[in-house]
Amino acid sequence: MSETPFLVLSAILFTIGAVGVLTRRNALVLFMCVEMMLNATNLALVTFSRVHGNLDGQVTAFFVMVVAAAEVVVGLAIIVTIFRTRRSASVDDASLLKY
Amino acid sequence: MIAFWLLAPVMVVAALGVLFARKAVHAALLLAVVMIGLAVLYLVQDAPFLFAVQIIVYTGAILMLFLFVLMLVGVDASDSVVETIKGQRVLAILLGLAFGALLVVGVAQVTVGTVVGLDQANTDGNIQGLADLLFSRYAIAFEATAALLITAALGTMVLAHGERMEPKLSQRETADKRMRDYAEHGRHLGPLPAPGVYARHNAVDTPALLPDGTPAESSVSRVLAARGTVRSAGRLADDIEELTRGLRDDGSSNVPGEPDATPKGPIEGDPSRQGHDRASDEEVQR
Amino acid sequence: MTTTVVTPLSAISLAEGAPVIEAASADGVFSLLWLIIALPALGAAILLLGGRRTDAWGHLLGVATVAGSFALSLLAFLALLGRDAEDRSVGQTLYSWIEAGPFTVDLALLYDPLSALFLLLITGVGGIIHVYSIGYMEHDARRRRFFGYLNLFVAAMLVLVLADNYLVLFLGWEGVGLASYLLIGFWQHKPSAAAAAKKAFVVNRVGDIGMALGVMLAFATFGTVGFAEISAVAGEASDGVLTALGLLFLLAAAGKSAQVPLQSWLLDAMEGPTPVSALIHAATMVTAGVYLVVRSNFIYEAAPVAQTAVVIVGAVTLLWGAIIGTAKDDIKKALAGSTMSQIGYMMLAAGLGVAGYAFAIFHLLTHGFFKANMFLGAGSVMHAMDDDVDMRHYGALQKMLPVTFLTFAMGYLAIIGFPGFSGFWSKDKIIEAAFGENLVVGLAALLGAGITAFYMTRLMLMTFFGEKRWSEDVHPHESPKVMTVPLIVLAALSVLGGAMLLGNWVVEWLEPTVGHAEHHELAVSPLVMTLIVTVVVAVGVALAWVLVGKREVPRVAPANVSVFTRAARADLYGDALNEGLFMRPGDRFVGDLTRFDDHGVDGAVNGTAAAFGGMSGVFRRWQNGFVRSYALSLLAGAVLLLAVLLAVNLA
Repeated sequence: MSETPFLVLSAILFTIGAVGVLTRRNALVLFMCVEMMLNATNLALVTFSRVHGNLDGQVTAFFVMVVAAAEVVVGLAIIVTIFRTRRSASVDDASLLKY
Repeated sequence: MIAFWLLAPVMVVAALGVLFARKAVHAALLLAVVMIGLAVLYLVQDAPFLFAVQIIVYTGAILMLFLFVLMLVGVDASDSVVETIKGQRVLAILLGLAFGALLVVGVAQVTVGTVVGLDQANTDGNIQGLADLLFSRYAIAFEATAALLITAALGTMVLAHGERMEPKLSQRETADKRMRDYAEHGRHLGPLPAPGVYARHNAVDTPALLPDGTPAESSVSRVLAARGTVRSAGRLADDIEELTRGLRDDGSSNVPGEPDATPKGPIEGDPSRQGHDRASDEEVQR
Repeated sequence: MTTTVVTPLSAISLAEGAPVIEAASADGVFSLLWLIIALPALGAAILLLGGRRTDAWGHLLGVATVAGSFALSLLAFLALLGRDAEDRSVGQTLYSWIEAGPFTVDLALLYDPLSALFLLLITGVGGIIHVYSIGYMEHDARRRRFFGYLNLFVAAMLVLVLADNYLVLFLGWEGVGLASYLLIGFWQHKPSAAAAAKKAFVVNRVGDIGMALGVMLAFATFGTVGFAEISAVAGEASDGVLTALGLLFLLAAAGKSAQVPLQSWLLDAMEGPTPVSALIHAATMVTAGVYLVVRSNFIYEAAPVAQTAVVIVGAVTLLWGAIIGTAKDDIKKALAGSTMSQIGYMMLAAGLGVAGYAFAIFHLLTHGFFKANMFLGAGSVMHAMDDDVDMRHYGALQKMLPVTFLTFAMGYLAIIGFPGFSGFWSKDKIIEAAFGENLVVGLAALLGAGITAFYMTRLMLMTFFGEKRWSEDVHPHESPKVMTVPLIVLAALSVLGGAMLLGNWVVEWLEPTVGHAEHHELAVSPLVMTLIVTVVVAVGVALAWVLVGKREVPRVAPANVSVFTRAARADLYGDALNEGLFMRPGDRFVGDLTRFDDHGVDGAVNGTAAAFGGMSGVFRRWQNGFVRSYALSLLAGAVLLLAVLLAVNLA
């Protein structure tokens, strides 16, 4: 079972996520794209773990998931807070760093 | 490998769907597809623990959190496709293509030698192996993630916590306020009217009818009204008109042209049209 | 009052070179030395700080303080007369002024025969001029302030001549410079007066640099600035250092005494009130340079090169001033030229060394009398002529101003060296000494005497004789008593000042300070020398009579005159020289520096700022606040990094 297809898939998913981050304005979708990028890296990590025959890659993927969970929780809280004051979930509306 | 080739196209398509979906809900669901696909790929690659975690934490918890927030901020609000930042979309696509091409080329160029496989590492079981690593070499990082999670939870609570600007009214104060409002502004003292209950419609989005046949606007939730999901009062009135006309044509004499039931509002002589309308009930019953 | 001994008195060493100054402690009347300075200083403080409250009696206080100082000076002088020649040096340490490690300077006074004479001159002539000023400045609203400045000047001048070290002398030196500046610019509402004051101040600063450097060099060389200490060890220093010291002090003296090349300020200084011209710019302050040279005799005796420089400066200046004097129509400027010339005589004499010191001081004293007399006389004339200073508008004033005329005539006869008058004795001695030193110098001095006779006669003729040339609305009148009495006193001194030479008194009196002169044998006998001088003077007078007295004097100075006259009228182009050599290039240099600062330095700074501002204007657009834009640049960076990585790996 070759590793290259996994890595290519990981790269494609990562790129799609990145383009999504750049083009979508809805903060939630933007966040989903970020998650997709994180997942893509996880795939690469797991693949490399298998390639090298040790579990460190999987442990790292595990940590990535934990951090992603924390990040999502805080990020969504921020989105909710912004939405509460601005009635909008567009990241372009929050371009002034205050108000 | 079969699983991979089956799943990979589906995942890429779903990922592109996330990219192009107008509605956030669709994007979330498509993302779930990608994640489940990833979970299967983890399983394929001898990572059963991550498979489970991916399903439980990501698809189960995080994506559900997304959906909850989506419901909070408006499920049906769809994105505008007009790009507001000049050149952003073009540059993003160009850079994205360049990045992807470079990554793919790079990955394709790389040869890591023979694939070792995890059979040996997983001899004691995948979960046991991971636990060995987590609680020995990565113990400190593990502790740090614990701290991170606690901090995140606290931060979320702080962020999402809405400040109450004025003290909460007690029951008595609420009653006093109502009386005061009635005395000063003549506002209706009782509870708001319930929505209409008809043979055809028995839902919160349908206003009740007043004795004169006009719909009682206040009988439906303002939120529903604001979303425009309420059946318009005009159309409702037309329906009622049609119904009443049909009844008259039946020649039922005991059906009055006008509702005979007086409003059951607790205040006599209240000119408000907010009373419960028994007439419509009667009509519907026929 | 502290009265500290410097060293117990012993015999003054006259064995070789300059005498060593050894001052005895002050006792008796000498313990009041400090009071001589303190009185006018107190007067100045009261008058300048007291404000308008002192307007009514300010001038009287001013006169009283100086008179008090004069009385004390006279007492001290008499006390000094009563002592043996070896005892005539008294020191008084007031307090420790500066103590910084090895550098200690006491505020100490030295009263010796030289200081004694100066004290009498300053307080005596100064007092007379104070009295005169009461009348002269009567109608000036700021008379009280004027007296305050005059007292300040007297105090500073007394510090200068009573100092027992160079630093205290420098204190007085700067003090008189300040007073001079204030008094030249006293009528500061006149731009010319303000400019003249500034010019005097600036030119004096050039000299002061010499003074300051000299004091520093003296300290660096000898480890002390005291006269007594330095005079004891002066001979041990190297020739180069001593020459440098001598030249630096000469520069200082040239600045203060208006000697070439720092002569230019004196003529302009006549913008000040006439009593100021008489006191500061004729009798006392401008002679401070001579005093410095004579006081530093222990240095000059050991530095022949510097001495020669002093002689050259003196000789050049005496001719320079005399030539300027011949062409000036402004009575005060003519007198100022004369002053410059006479101080040139003194410098010349001082440069001659032991042979000339005493005569320099002698001439300084007599000059102080007759020049003050003439300046005050000129002031009296101006007073009569409504402050007109142009001699071409005078004429035939001897009948209108009899007292002024007679007193002025005494001064005139004294300065040209009419036999018997004070100037005759003093100048004759200098010319004699000059011939004893060097023929060329002697001839210059002799020629100077002739020119002096010429221009002074011209001045006399244009002012007091000939036709009336004053305008209709001028009504000359004799000045009040308060002005004429000082004139009479000074005239008497001008006539009798020569008495100091009786029995060679002044030379012997100064011997403890300046040393004993070997007698020079001249090629011709002194009597013949005197005759020659007198003949030259007579020729000068006659020439003036022929050229000025016999002719009509035009009211407006003729324009088509010889190139020499023009040069003399333009102060021999001294100002032009200064302007061309220093002021214009300096101006241009400063202008260039300013331009460089404005455009170069400021341009660089402002340009940098503008560049950053402009760049900010451009880069600001990148910071649009849109998180997606930032993410885009992040991705661009990632692409770049990836490309580089791949390029490196694939290469």
